[in-house]
Amino acid sequence: MTTTSVNKTINLEGVRFALFQSLVKLNPKLLIKNPVMFMVALGTQVMILVTVISLFQSSESLGTPGYNFVITLILFITVIFGNFAEAIAEAKGKAQADSLRKTRQDTQARRVLSSGGIELISSAELRKGDVFVVEAGETIPADGEIIEGLASVDESAITGESAPVIREAETDHNSVIGGTKVLSDQIKVKVVAEPGESFLDKMIKLVEGANRQKTPNEIALTILLASFTLVFLIVTVTLKSFGDLVDSPITIAALISLFVCLIPTTIGGLLSAIGIAGMDRALKANLIAKSGKAVETAGDIDVLLLDKTGTITIGNRKATNFYPLHEADREKLNRYAAISSIGDPTPEGKSILELAKSFGVTVQDRELENSLLIKFSAETRISGIDLPDGTKIRKGSWDSICFWSTNKEDLKYLEQKVKEIAANGGTPLALAVDKKAIGVIQLEDIIKPGIHERFDRLRKMGVRTVMVTGDNPLTAAFIANKAGVDDFIAEAKPEDKLNYIKKEQAEGKLVAMMGDGTNDAPALAQADLGVAMNSGTQAAKEAANMVDLDSDPTKLLEVIEIGKQLLITRGNVTTFSIANDVAKYFAIVPALFAASIPGLNALNIMNLSSPDSAILSAVIFNAIIIPLLIPLALGGVKYRPVGASELLAKNLLIYGVGGILVPFLGIKLIDLLISGLI
Amino acid sequence: MTTELLGIILIFLVSLGLAWPLGKYINRVFTDQPTFLDFLHSLEEKLLRFAGVNPSYTMDWKQNAKALLGLNLVFFLFAFLFLLIQGSHPFWNPVQLGNWEPTLAFNTAVSFVTNTNLQHYSGETGASYFTQLIVFCWLQFVSAGTGIAACALIFQGLKNDKSSQLGNFYKLFLKSCTRILLPLAIVVSGILIWGGTPVTFEGLQEVTTLEGEKVQVATGPVAPMVAIKQLGTNGGGFFGPNSTHPFENPNYLTNVVENISILLIPMALVFSFGFFLQRKKLALLFMGVMTFLFLAFVSISVVEEYKGNPLLTELGLAPSPNLEGKELRFGSMASSFWGISTTSTSNGSVNSMHDSHSPLSGGIFLLDMMINAIYGGVGVGFINFFVYVIVAVFIAGQMIGRTPDFLGKKIEASEIKIASLVILLHPFLILAGTALASYSLSLDPDLGWLKNPSYHGFSEILYENTSAASNNGSGFEGLGDNTPFWNLLTGIIMLLGRFFPIIGPLALVGSLSFKKSIPQSSGSLKPESLAFGVVLLAVILIVTALAFFPALALGPLADYFSI
Repeated sequence: MTTTSVNKTINLEGVRFALFQSLVKLNPKLLIKNPVMFMVALGTQVMILVTVISLFQSSESLGTPGYNFVITLILFITVIFGNFAEAIAEAKGKAQADSLRKTRQDTQARRVLSSGGIELISSAELRKGDVFVVEAGETIPADGEIIEGLASVDESAITGESAPVIREAETDHNSVIGGTKVLSDQIKVKVVAEPGESFLDKMIKLVEGANRQKTPNEIALTILLASFTLVFLIVTVTLKSFGDLVDSPITIAALISLFVCLIPTTIGGLLSAIGIAGMDRALKANLIAKSGKAVETAGDIDVLLLDKTGTITIGNRKATNFYPLHEADREKLNRYAAISSIGDPTPEGKSILELAKSFGVTVQDRELENSLLIKFSAETRISGIDLPDGTKIRKGSWDSICFWSTNKEDLKYLEQKVKEIAANGGTPLALAVDKKAIGVIQLEDIIKPGIHERFDRLRKMGVRTVMVTGDNPLTAAFIANKAGVDDFIAEAKPEDKLNYIKKEQAEGKLVAMMGDGTNDAPALAQADLGVAMNSGTQAAKEAANMVDLDSDPTKLLEVIEIGKQLLITRGNVTTFSIANDVAKYFAIVPALFAASIPGLNALNIMNLSSPDSAILSAVIFNAIIIPLLIPLALGGVKYRPVGASELLAKNLLIYGVGGILVPFLGIKLIDLLISGLI
Repeated sequence: MTTELLGIILIFLVSLGLAWPLGKYINRVFTDQPTFLDFLHSLEEKLLRFAGVNPSYTMDWKQNAKALLGLNLVFFLFAFLFLLIQGSHPFWNPVQLGNWEPTLAFNTAVSFVTNTNLQHYSGETGASYFTQLIVFCWLQFVSAGTGIAACALIFQGLKNDKSSQLGNFYKLFLKSCTRILLPLAIVVSGILIWGGTPVTFEGLQEVTTLEGEKVQVATGPVAPMVAIKQLGTNGGGFFGPNSTHPFENPNYLTNVVENISILLIPMALVFSFGFFLQRKKLALLFMGVMTFLFLAFVSISVVEEYKGNPLLTELGLAPSPNLEGKELRFGSMASSFWGISTTSTSNGSVNSMHDSHSPLSGGIFLLDMMINAIYGGVGVGFINFFVYVIVAVFIAGQMIGRTPDFLGKKIEASEIKIASLVILLHPFLILAGTALASYSLSLDPDLGWLKNPSYHGFSEILYENTSAASNNGSGFEGLGDNTPFWNLLTGIIMLLGRFFPIIGPLALVGSLSFKKSIPQSSGSLKPESLAFGVVLLAVILIVTALAFFPALALGPLADYFSI
């Protein structure tokens, strides 16, 4: 994510809102949550007092009123900048929340009464447990679960995806969201949340920052920063007495400037903005995190459970080849394969037709008039068609076709082909005509392009990928190998996922998974990071830590990067902030004692023009670095999946060494600009 | 010059070379593996049983902390009492020395219990042989044993997986004394005796000088105390002038042996960590980071001393190197090397007068004590270093996009809280102590504490507080420190500076110990990596430099730039 895309989402109104909020956040009750900025605010208060006193009194430690005023002003601006960083992150979240909230507008709802009648009420009056009906062309008034019927729904208002989706009662896709539109059919829906407490409502509040709680890592960092602040408080308070002892009096303004410059104001000012931005970034990927902690946890994930279908492979299996028993029968096989599939609505059936078409076989519907369709049944595991001329075509699993066929000698030859297909990760379907097997259709999983590279990327991040599939172990092993996952669970039942997660967790690993069905709920709850598809059942969504509005299984990969990005941004800005102190020392310390200890001017390696200008430049740099880093805080540091040590070395070079060098340049530049003014 | 340089290179390499096998041996002691001293086993058992300790009983961090504090309280009360009544009991007091003034007794008792040995008294005129041997020399063993045992508890905590049991402090303490300190001390004091250090229970010796005058020369059971003062990073000498005194440190060879003794156990414990946790590479990285700083500091001090005093050189009076306050039998380089060794390891014994070192060299001594973790005092040095490691891990972990962990244990708010407090304490003690003294002196310049005015005087105050807080014990002489003010101030600073940085990390490790260890993947922080070494180095330097830079600027730096 680049910074330009961040700026785009913040409009003028957002900036105005943020500026206003910067003032509101001056409230000490809010400021105290951020100990670093609170101390700056306290320093500002002291300086206001000093400025006023210095108007009427003069002494060595008071300094001149004009200079005091300027320092006071810059300190005040520092606090405002810190507040602004947080407010602008919130504004960005608010903008996104507003667009979500637009979908929540009041509509009419048709509530089903217990008597069976229907009354027209406002959607706001719907309560949990109510049932309403909604039909084609109407907006769904509230979140709920379909209890009757099937409908295609346009969810673009929420997901941005224009293709309609099918939602159906008693399936894993029975959940509808308020604000989306029914395109066809009529459904009966049961409301699952009180107004204002729906899933989305809770998310909106979270995104806006109102309910934001500090994440564990953020708390730990705040403690560390607070202790640094305390160290510098001790440093500055004691310095006064040292100066007095060696006859080098220091003004209060200089001491407070030193204090404010040394305490980690940069990270202090940006810390909460970074946290909010992390959630915003998740939201931008259409992922709604239930808490900031969920985003933070994502960066730590060790094991990823991925469903094969949709994540690793494109949708369903596809026919990729026909193998006739005798080469002479190839044309016949192509044709019969197509005919057998014309009444087969499954994706596999359609793919057989497509493949046949690519071989130049087209079947006209009228050819099949008066034929008898044999539907697939789990018992026979065979489907087929009886043509009007009496030809019986059957298609099915190898075992069942073997059973049905009479040409036993030929079967032996075909069996080899069947084994070959299975060993290569495909699924063989046999075709027989009039009780004689004539060939085999090869169905194969199509692995998503680029997925292998993606797993390599994850492996570099230290994340192990595990494929979950209902396939037999042989096929699963083949696909796992081809896609480059580290492990697989074949013939998986929902409890297998749960057990696998528990096993990994017992070793201390953090596990993430994605799911949609009600039977996924226990595993979603057990996983350290459970992502539910928005199309999934309410139970799944309740059990998860995140909900993916797009219901896109590959999102898990993105989640991890967003989590890592959040932590890296926090770590790098901290490093930068602390490294900055080196240059600030070289600016301020010689300036403090310039008059009394001229020798210390040797430390003025930036050759700043005067003590006053040196201190002022350092304080100004300290203030403006906060807004300058806002884009970085909001956009996040780009994460590249390289080894941990390499990543550390790179970030250390940019933010550590850079953190030492940048303020030398910045302070010198500011000094050049302001030295003429004072 | 080449000979001098070769001399200090020899000391360094031999120390490092001996530290590796010693580290291996210490690990065997910690883990109850067979050693050549196993014949002591029944004696140790008996002693422990006699004291009511079941040696096979393991304790969690709180019980161990209580044991450590309780035992040290007993040590303190014993020492305090015997100093107060020194003149009133008849044992081993040939020179008839009297009872101690209470604040000095307090300061001195604290000083020896905390492994500091600040010595606001002078041995030859203040302490009877009983006091020297039974109080001081004994405390030099047990205070060192306390540190080593605490370090072993930390090791165990880091090794544990979901267990709160860190081991038995009493047993580790006793074994540290009998298996590590005692045998080494016997060897070292043997070498010292052979080199000319006296051991006698007779009183003052009358000697006729070359000029024919008769003088009284103080002597006593010197060698054993010198051996343990170096090995246990105590630093408290038998005589006031410490290892500059010809009886404590007769020649260049004894100087080499003593200097090696200063570095030996602190270095060995770093290797022990590697053996104990089976993480030799990590131990080597830690050793690398410490050694990098150590050698950098040695270089600065050596170069600064070798340049000589510019004021004198300009006048053509004294050629370089700067030999003021140094023993000619050791030379300037061995003095610089010793100075860095003794301030690195919180030892505090001196073989030259630190006050007379050039301002930058003196400043480096100060910085060395402010860091207090380059090898560090026996046991506690590694513990201090460990706290820096926790902070470095916390920052570096985030930089690679994971919530930080060290050796598979998550570093969370509670650990950071403890580490922050420990890191905060050191500058607080030093700066607040210095501020209190500075403030008192500004109010009443006639207190007469300082023999030097201005920046150098300030350095003396800063040095005294730093030495107390880091449990070093060396002095920038020139400060009149035997006054109730200094005795009480430094006494309290030593106590806080000793026990908080032991108890805090024990609590921290107690919390880590109970956590489930998470497996390492390619996305985990590799603490053995060079990049982490750089973070660690930066954390150590920046955290210390940031807290102390203004004070150092007013003291040594102002001194340096004003010459």
